[in-house]
Order: sequence, then structure tokens, then C-alpha cells
Amino acid sequence: MSGVNKRVLPGFGLSLGFTLVYLSLIVLIPLSAVFIKTTTMSWHEFLDAVASPRVIASYKLTFGASFLAALINAVFGLLLAWGLTRYPFPGRKIVDALIDLPFALPTAVAGIALTAIYAKNGWVGSLLEPLGIKIAFGPPGVLVALTFIGLPFVVRTVQPVLEDLETEYEEAAASLGATRWQAFQRVVFPTLVPALLTGFALAFARAVGEYGSVIFIAGNIPMVSEITPLIIITKLEQFDYKGATAVATVMLVISFLLLLLINGLQAWTARRTGRAI
Amino acid sequence: MTGLAATFDERPDTASKFQANPATRDSTWVRYLIVGVGLTYFALFLLLPLIAVFVEAFRKGAGVYFSALVEPDALSAIRLTLLAAALSVPFNLLFGLAAAWAIAKFQFRGKNFLITLIDLPFSVSPVVAGLIYVLVFGLQGWFGGWLREHDIKIIFAVPGIILATTFVTFPFIARELIPLMQAQGRDEEEAAISLGASGFQTFWRVTIPNIKWALLYGIILCNARAMGEFGAVSVVSGHIRGETNTMPLQVEILYNEYQFAAAFAMASLLALLALVTLVLKTYVEWRAHHHPVAEE
Repeated sequence: MSGVNKRVLPGFGLSLGFTLVYLSLIVLIPLSAVFIKTTTMSWHEFLDAVASPRVIASYKLTFGASFLAALINAVFGLLLAWGLTRYPFPGRKIVDALIDLPFALPTAVAGIALTAIYAKNGWVGSLLEPLGIKIAFGPPGVLVALTFIGLPFVVRTVQPVLEDLETEYEEAAASLGATRWQAFQRVVFPTLVPALLTGFALAFARAVGEYGSVIFIAGNIPMVSEITPLIIITKLEQFDYKGATAVATVMLVISFLLLLLINGLQAWTARRTGRAI
Repeated sequence: MTGLAATFDERPDTASKFQANPATRDSTWVRYLIVGVGLTYFALFLLLPLIAVFVEAFRKGAGVYFSALVEPDALSAIRLTLLAAALSVPFNLLFGLAAAWAIAKFQFRGKNFLITLIDLPFSVSPVVAGLIYVLVFGLQGWFGGWLREHDIKIIFAVPGIILATTFVTFPFIARELIPLMQAQGRDEEEAAISLGASGFQTFWRVTIPNIKWALLYGIILCNARAMGEFGAVSVVSGHIRGETNTMPLQVEILYNEYQFAAAFAMASLLALLALVTLVLKTYVEWRAHHHPVAEE
């Protein structure tokens, strides 16, 4: 830190001051309201709100479906990233650009579109119906919606690492007698692991808080297909502010832990690959 | 989410490089299998929903489609969505520039912690983002009594919608600018100042041209989220027709009333917005990559 240069540029006080005031007013103070409201509850009240059987069932669904969706995205996202970086195929650029659709498409639109497709009279749902597979209006619908919104994360974290990879490593593996599968497994895959885990964690974190795309397709049956964010909404609609806040506290604490994990994973990826993602 | 900063590097054409070399070429069936499975997954989860929006919107013909969009409630929802974006994007733009200037151009303690705090809204569930403003400004909230006495409505009114939208789009512009401006350092600005430029001239003539693509990129993503936000806005809106419904909320209301064609008509506008966003985003990435430095 050079003391000479420090104040050559103007605007330090103004820009940092504005940043801190705006951050406090929009984010920090309102967020603190959740924790402050929680402290006005007795331990018993809090436990009643966050550990009732219906809420527990919603945690199981939310975290279970988010985990599965992130896993699906890790496997297929890796395949897609591999195909996009390694094989020329017609329409590749368009596919590449459309990968980010879940970031750009409003969640409510995704929700009704997925419902239209996966309901029993929809394009995909009607094919699965004779096989006895029901997707919309039940837990599998939640999984489909969460897979949709998490789709870009793994592709976009793995893709740059694959692009940076030189041919030399795999050439060396081949010259030492490795098959392509062995070269992938022993040489390429280990370099992808940090990015893959980061993408998985990002998709999982996004899915846990997701609301808009899920509620249309889930059916929202208590104890069966009701996600935790919907529990908060339901409690609010019943003017149970304390209950809603208690469940929100649980979700916030979990989100913060996930944020710390993701920061750690990103730092690990940057160290391993020399680039930030 | 990969920021624009990462795409400033030359994107190599890795496909031909690997497939030209016999040692690193994959057999044809592996190629077909991977591309086939990848594209099936892509079609099932991304392409079909996108197509479905437009097919469902036009299911009852173009007449129904267009009349659904000129309904007074629909127009009011479109206006409110535009208003929410027109306010929250500039707020967050100003914030993004200030935060990136402070973080990239100066040294101070707690900088990394500040960067983490800026990213915080991304990890908060949209529903919780709405709830926090209810706890502060709602009737039973901290300022509820005071606001009621002064006849000011924030929750279940337009200001609440703008606040919730600002919260969920908070980090978009800052997180594009911070890494880029950190990488650019402060040499150019210092040179401008030492040659006698004022702070404002330096910012306008030196900094802005250097960051214009990242800035545009952040604005595009911020705007898309601002117009499409559902969960947070749903909590604070109160769903008053013609008053506090944004476009995504209007989609929900119509859908729940089984007015599917109208719901998908409104949804198709939002899907178009998403497509325009992706086209602009791809263009900005391409420009940033081919002409990263400002032209005269």
C-alpha cells in the first residue's frame, strides 16, 4: 500500500460513504430485521414455528430436490460443456447463447411453461403418462423446475476451464498408453473438480431459495410438495409474521453458510486454474 | 455466473484443436453420444419451455393474443414493471459505480468483507427479500405506525415493489465492475489527474470508456431481473389489480384464473424480453472481446 498514491485520485470518501449508506439502507438494516424479530420470540415459539412436521417436510423436499437438481445439472452440465467446447456441431453458438436463458427468463414464465409441458396433457407429460410417470403437480415437478433454474451454473463454471485446457496433457497421457477414457478420468477430470463443485454449489444455493418457477408446477400439497419459501408466504398470508420470520431465519442462516462455502470453492478454483469464475 | 471480465480473454476455438489431433480426438460414437445427450437435456429443460410459451400464447389466435395485451390491467402491469426497472436499475448503477470506484481505486481495511456483503442479496431467497421490507415498513413493522400516521403506504404499494426489485438486483452492476476495475488498476486515472484533469473529467473521459462494455453488460442483466422478479415483489405487492401488479404477477393471476391464453400472452412479452437480453448480452460479450479498448 503506497501512502503517496493513496490520495491522488479524488472521491474516496464520497464513493465509499455512498456505498456503505446504500448497502446499509437497502440490504443490511432490512435483513437485520429478520434476526431482531426472531429475538423477540421465545425458544419454544421459535421451535414450534421452524420444526413443525409440515415445515420439516418442506425442508426435506426443498433441500432434497435442490440437491438432486444440482446433481442432474452437474452430470448433464458437464456433458453439455464438454460438447460445446470440444465438438463442432451445427447450431452450437445458438445453444451456447441460450444456456443463460434461466438467468434471463422470469421465473413465473418458466413455471407456467414447464407446467404446460410436463402436465399430463403436455408435450412431454403425455408421453410419460402411459408409462405411469407423473411429473407436474407433485415432487417430480419441483425437481424439474429446480433443474431448469440451475442449468446454466455448471455449464458456465466448467466451460472456461475446459477452454483453457491445452492439448498437451491429453497427448502426454495418450503417448504413455492411456485410453481416451483413462486420460479423461485421470488427467482432465481432476482439473475440472473445483469448477464442477462450484457450479454444483451455486445451482444448489439458487434452488434452495427458488419460489416462482416451482409453485406453478409443484401442486403445493402440504407435507408432499410444499417448498419452504411457500411456507413463509402461507404464514404471511395468515398474518403469522413471527412464524414466517422464524422460518426465514433458518433459510437465511443456511444461505449464509452456502455463500461461505461457495466463496471458499471459488477461491480454490481460482488457485487451481489461475482464473476467476 | 461467469462475469464479463472472464470473457475478455481470447476464447480459443478448442473444438478444432482437439479434434484435429489423433491423440486427443474422441471416437465418432462418443461425440454423437455426448452431443446427443447434451442436446436432449438442453431441449427438455430449456428449448421446449421457451417454445411452449409462444405456442400457448397463440393457441387461441392472434386476436385473443393482442386483445389480452391491451387490457387495462395488462397495460397497468406493463407500466408498473417499466417503472420498477426504470428506478431500480439507475439506483443500482449509481451504487455499482460508487462501490467499484472505492474498492478498485483505493486501499482500505475490510475490502473483501465489503465485496462479500455486496453479493449477499444473490444468496437470499426472493421470498425472504420481500419479507424483510414487510418487517420494516409493514403495518406491524418498525415504521408501520409512523407511516400510517403520515398516510404513507410502502407495503402493498408501488414503493415496496421498487424497494424489493432494487434489493434483488442490487449486486448485478457492482459485481461486473469491481473485478474489471480492480484488474485495470489506477495508472490511467492518476496520469489524467497529474495532467490537470478534474476528478469528474477523469471519471468521464478515462474510467467510463474503459468500463463501458462491462457497464452495459451489468445494466442488461440488472434490467432483465428487475422486469422479471416474481417472489420478492409478490410478497410486498398485495396483488391489487391495476395498481400493484407487475407483469410477472399478472401472469400468475391470469393463470390461476384459468385464463391460460392471456397468461401466456403476457408471459410471451417477458420471454421476448429474455431473448432480447440474451442477444444483447452475446453482442456485448463479442464486442468486449473483439474491441476491449474504446474506439475514437
